[in-house]
Amino acid sequence: MMEKSRRDFLKIGGISALGLSALPALSVLAGKKQPAFKLSDKALEGKRWAMVIDMKKCWEKQKKEGCKDCLLACHSIHNVPEIDNPKREIKWIWTEPYENAFPNLEYEYTKEVLKDKPFIVMCNHCSKPPCVRVCPTKATFQRKDGVVMMDFHRCIGCRYCMAACPYGSRSFNWGDPRPYIKKENMEFPTRTKGVVEKCNFCAERLAVGLKPACVEACKAGALVFGDLGDPNSEVSKLLKSNYTIRRKNDLGTEPNIFYII
Amino acid sequence: MKIYDGRKIIPGILIAAVIFSFPFWLNFGKAAVPPKPKLPKEVKNCVEPTTFMRTSHMQLLNEWRDIVVRENFRLFAAPDGKEHLMSLQNGCLKCHESKADFCDQCHNYLDIKPYCWDCHLAPKENK
Amino acid sequence: MLDLAFKGSKRYWRWLIFLLAIIGVGAACYLLQLREGLKITGMSRDVSWGFYIGQFTFLVGVAASAVMVVLPYYLHNVKEFGRITILGEFLAVASVMMCLLFIVIDLGRPMRLFNVLLHPTPNSILFWDMIVLNGYLFLNIVIGWTVLHSEKKDVPPPKWVKPLIYVSIPWAISIHTVTAFLYAGLPGRHYWLTAIMAARFLASAFCSGPALLIILCFLVKKYTKFDPGDKAINKLSNIVTYALLVSVFFVLLEVFTAFYSQVPGHMHGLEYLFVGLHGHGKLVPFMWLFTVLCIVAVALLINPNTRKKEKTLLIACVATFFAMWLEKGIALVVTGFIPNPFEQITEYMPTAPELAITLAVWATGFLILTVLYKVAISVKEEIEAL
Repeated sequence: MMEKSRRDFLKIGGISALGLSALPALSVLAGKKQPAFKLSDKALEGKRWAMVIDMKKCWEKQKKEGCKDCLLACHSIHNVPEIDNPKREIKWIWTEPYENAFPNLEYEYTKEVLKDKPFIVMCNHCSKPPCVRVCPTKATFQRKDGVVMMDFHRCIGCRYCMAACPYGSRSFNWGDPRPYIKKENMEFPTRTKGVVEKCNFCAERLAVGLKPACVEACKAGALVFGDLGDPNSEVSKLLKSNYTIRRKNDLGTEPNIFYII
Repeated sequence: MKIYDGRKIIPGILIAAVIFSFPFWLNFGKAAVPPKPKLPKEVKNCVEPTTFMRTSHMQLLNEWRDIVVRENFRLFAAPDGKEHLMSLQNGCLKCHESKADFCDQCHNYLDIKPYCWDCHLAPKENK
Repeated sequence: MLDLAFKGSKRYWRWLIFLLAIIGVGAACYLLQLREGLKITGMSRDVSWGFYIGQFTFLVGVAASAVMVVLPYYLHNVKEFGRITILGEFLAVASVMMCLLFIVIDLGRPMRLFNVLLHPTPNSILFWDMIVLNGYLFLNIVIGWTVLHSEKKDVPPPKWVKPLIYVSIPWAISIHTVTAFLYAGLPGRHYWLTAIMAARFLASAFCSGPALLIILCFLVKKYTKFDPGDKAINKLSNIVTYALLVSVFFVLLEVFTAFYSQVPGHMHGLEYLFVGLHGHGKLVPFMWLFTVLCIVAVALLINPNTRKKEKTLLIACVATFFAMWLEKGIALVVTGFIPNPFEQITEYMPTAPELAITLAVWATGFLILTVLYKVAISVKEEIEAL
């Protein structure tokens, strides 16, 4: 009888010690949220960021001067490497012919106007993103304002998100990207080998009150960025007054990039 | 007391003792140069007191990178009231201008290679 | 008991050293991969999963095959399997270890592996895969080792093993259900978006795993003093037969849905595999090899005369194992990415370093299998000598 209770005493003592040792961790967690962190007053805030792309305006410019301003703006300020090998390339925003961007809308009698025309494609920042659903570490996550973000610090490079994305928006760093960066932008980091990357809706620019780089760079005004949660925003008005299409609409991902054709 | 295989064990223990203690006697007589991180001239206060930064800048950077990326808070109000941009390249390095003269001084001394710079760009002249 | 693995014949040691040599070469290639990144493999922006994940997919099935021996023995008292449950469980251990290794070597930043535990994400199937695979590994190691040790000491196994054994049965089903869910829940990959993916995984698991187990039993009979027993092997071959027939049936179901509906998205995957798509057809020869192997295996297994004869049974088992390896280890994963979301095709072929690393992981699995089998067989030989 005596031995059993001494054993029990030791067991209870051990477990209590273990429990007490967890206390400091709890206090750290409790005291984490300090009012000292805040957002800039200029930051753009919204409920559902979206982009409406008027391809007709873009093609006007293409006819005149083969414009690539939006692509260059994005890739240069984000230190996106330029890799020639299409198997290893990294792209956040690029153009695809109509048949490839909208394979379910393409058939023999597709309007001559649309055949082979380049469409600007990027991450659709879906409202129901399958990539976020599958990420095992929440390295890709959806913000309250709808932006599907990448946390490059946390990504383990499993590439499950690349398999899940129905739009092929994501690129992986198969090797060190730095040798392929033409001109480094010192205000933005690069990525390292082994992580997945994609368009981030210029979250770092939104935070200081600037529109995404591609939107700002487009001299034709073809790219319009705004908050769908605001019925008076330009994007909301454009969607009410124009017929728009979005990529692979039948998959239920609710992409937030709309195309006026 | 007879130690079986003593002929093999005792020399073995002596050799092991020599190997385990070599970090101490290898540098005998040579004074290691203490690290001299170059401090910014104009600004006297960092985001937190120096003593705190010395012991906990790693934890601070770890917490801050999550707060910036995941919670989108990018401004920090220091205890002295000043507002700082939470960014390695555009915040910390604005005052501590040179990675080689500041960060690397202590890190090289301790043979630590933090992987921040795999992604974050250090000022070119001082890489 | 592990000391039993250190006493072996010259052949045993030569086999281990051979495996270690393969592991050495692969390890060197993996160091290269750590330094240079995954660009040393044949994977690309379009086909972002390749050989490594394919092997993991196939081996999950082999691992679950332990249940094909455990279930009949513990739930239905099929006494013949009593001699070989340990062989099934240790095969499961080796297979799951290979699965975990293949997942880790496929990661872009493996040093961040702990993030999966630090930031648990129940909505991600990969999270659950980690849980069920590690749980299954733990279960099989503990059950196998404890039961074996009890046999060695000639005492009944402790009472707490029984509930673990009962848990391991549905757990085995869960490991390939969860792995199948990795693929079957992705909206953008039409080749994978089929409700019978988990059922197909089960069927191919239950023919490839026991097929390997039969081959291993014959090797054990040939090179050691322990005879797993003809009755056990016969029953296993019955299981392989039924499972293979179901597997083939499931593939034909996919073919029907795709080609009777004539929906392009459904047809493209199978077209690419069996006849080539838009001039691309690197996997076509492998798929016809798969077909021939299945026909040979079915013919040999359905006929009881060839199924009961050792030589023909071995041919059938090798054919089954290899056929399922082609289908699950290569065809399934790669074809999910073909065509890509833009209806373009980028093909995939593994590179030499990639194959070396893959071979090294297989060698590691066989090393673990050899050591565990050595322990188990030594114990069984000891008992039977008494």
